[in-house]
Amino acid sequence: MTHGGKAWKYGDNVDTDVIIPARYLNVSTAQELALHCLEDLDPGFAQAVQPGDVIVAGENFGCGSSREHAPLAIKGAEVRAVVARSFARIFYRNAINVGLPILESPAAAEAVQSGHELEIDLEAGRIRNLTTGETYQAEPYPPFMMDIINAGGLVPYTRQKLESEG
Amino acid sequence: MGSTQAEKILAAHAGLDEVRAGQFIDAQVDLVLSNDITAPIAIREFERLGVKGLFDPERVVMVADHFAPNKDIKSAEQCLTMRRFAHQQRMPYHYDVGRMGIEHVLLPEQGLVVPGDVVVGADSHTCTYGALGAFATGMGSTDIAVAMATGRIWMRVPETMRFEYHGALKPWVGGKDLILHTIGLIGVSGARYKAMEFGGPTIEALPMADRFTMANMAIEAGAKTGLFAVDEETRAYVETRARRPYSVYQSDPDAQYAQVIEVDASQIEPQVAFPHLPENVRPVSQAGEVQVDQAVIGSCTNGRLADLRLAAEVLQGRQVHPDVRCIVIPGSQQVYLDALREGLVETFITAGAAVSTPTCGPCLGGHMGVLAAGERAVSTTNRNFRGRMGHPESEVYLTNPAVAAASAVAGRIVGPEEVMS
Repeated sequence: MTHGGKAWKYGDNVDTDVIIPARYLNVSTAQELALHCLEDLDPGFAQAVQPGDVIVAGENFGCGSSREHAPLAIKGAEVRAVVARSFARIFYRNAINVGLPILESPAAAEAVQSGHELEIDLEAGRIRNLTTGETYQAEPYPPFMMDIINAGGLVPYTRQKLESEG
Repeated sequence: MGSTQAEKILAAHAGLDEVRAGQFIDAQVDLVLSNDITAPIAIREFERLGVKGLFDPERVVMVADHFAPNKDIKSAEQCLTMRRFAHQQRMPYHYDVGRMGIEHVLLPEQGLVVPGDVVVGADSHTCTYGALGAFATGMGSTDIAVAMATGRIWMRVPETMRFEYHGALKPWVGGKDLILHTIGLIGVSGARYKAMEFGGPTIEALPMADRFTMANMAIEAGAKTGLFAVDEETRAYVETRARRPYSVYQSDPDAQYAQVIEVDASQIEPQVAFPHLPENVRPVSQAGEVQVDQAVIGSCTNGRLADLRLAAEVLQGRQVHPDVRCIVIPGSQQVYLDALREGLVETFITAGAAVSTPTCGPCLGGHMGVLAAGERAVSTTNRNFRGRMGHPESEVYLTNPAVAAASAVAGRIVGPEEVMS
């Protein structure tokens, strides 16, 4: 299955405080948080982002706090995926756990510019740039993490595991 | 081949003889933490898991510290969600206003974390407990919900970067300066996915408060945890506090490190991290002319008694600059009480500083000292990201408590010697 969307390009070390500023941490649903997604980095983003768009960034995306509100805000904004050179570790876990697709691809992080049309094949880990015709291959997930993704996140995965253990 | 401290702790918790960096394990956890911001989501996800109760109510801790005492109605509702859950689950360690402290000051002080533990917390600064020789790491609310239900968590065993510090520290230099200097060396993603291990003669002579400060900021280099060997200093701290027996795991001499970095600590001056990343460090002598509107002394990084003593030593007999708001926040009720009994609180108030009940408050721009557009704060906290303490056009400069206090007096960022001469 493939999807297309517009790229929103940012730099290195996009931290969780700019993804969702702490002044909005008194709410916790994806829909409420999405209204302020990336507000302190790109004030126009939350208004203009379209379902299926893709965030593309450099190194260490999601560094800083453990707030799961960060991937939730992005998910609530109906962003298709975040593509980055690398992710901070807590954000990486959180994204997998809440079902926000993330792809590590230094080549895409380098080449993609804001406004490029991207088509993402999650299962194959492939990013096609419809604007330039390039294709980038993302790092594959470890098999065990793929199980969490396929289950729809950590909660359904754990439910299945608990049920099978009786 | 030997093992690192991280590998040994994780092997013991995975029921394996040994584990190696890169291996995925299912580990038993000793303690699970969340706070008024992260617990509401954890509780929601916990309820979706369909389990009857917590794996062990005595091993699940919740602390109302971020937006507590409640800063607004929504925050009050979040604290209420947490309070109701804690009562319903009969959790003995739910800390509310009047008894709470900033979680990473409170838990070690209360003896809830002990050496050799695996601790997971829905707060990135959970890595603070590495100072006690515990493998402690921050995770999101969903991971925490699963740990609350099952007492287990999946982990990838991290590679370890070893930092060896040599030499005696200069006056007014402490753990905060060592860790800021180190983050300056390797950058904010320099230890991404790895464990940092701090050792060497300088560390052996370092008091516990400074070790907590260093372990606390391991996350600011991207690390999963920051570990210290357990020594006499650790034992002296833990002996009177521990609520459980503890185990000591030390790195083997032939342990495999991803990297070993030697640091000449004798040359380090008090450090200042400039906006908007903790890696943007300069020695205070090269800070230039940076006027400040606010000075914050406290937080999970520097809110312990030893930190307040340093600030008080500088503020004793001096006045906070008329254009500066100086806010002192003891990290726990016990720290507050000790500071009161020692006369530190009187020193602060006489100097013209505000002294607050424990809260994370201003560190993350929550309350008790939010900045306006264009304002600058010198702060003993851990992050200076854009908008961290308030308006996106405000700025935060990170320092140790003595530099923050001196800057409060001078109205600009200076070292203690400048105001004390």
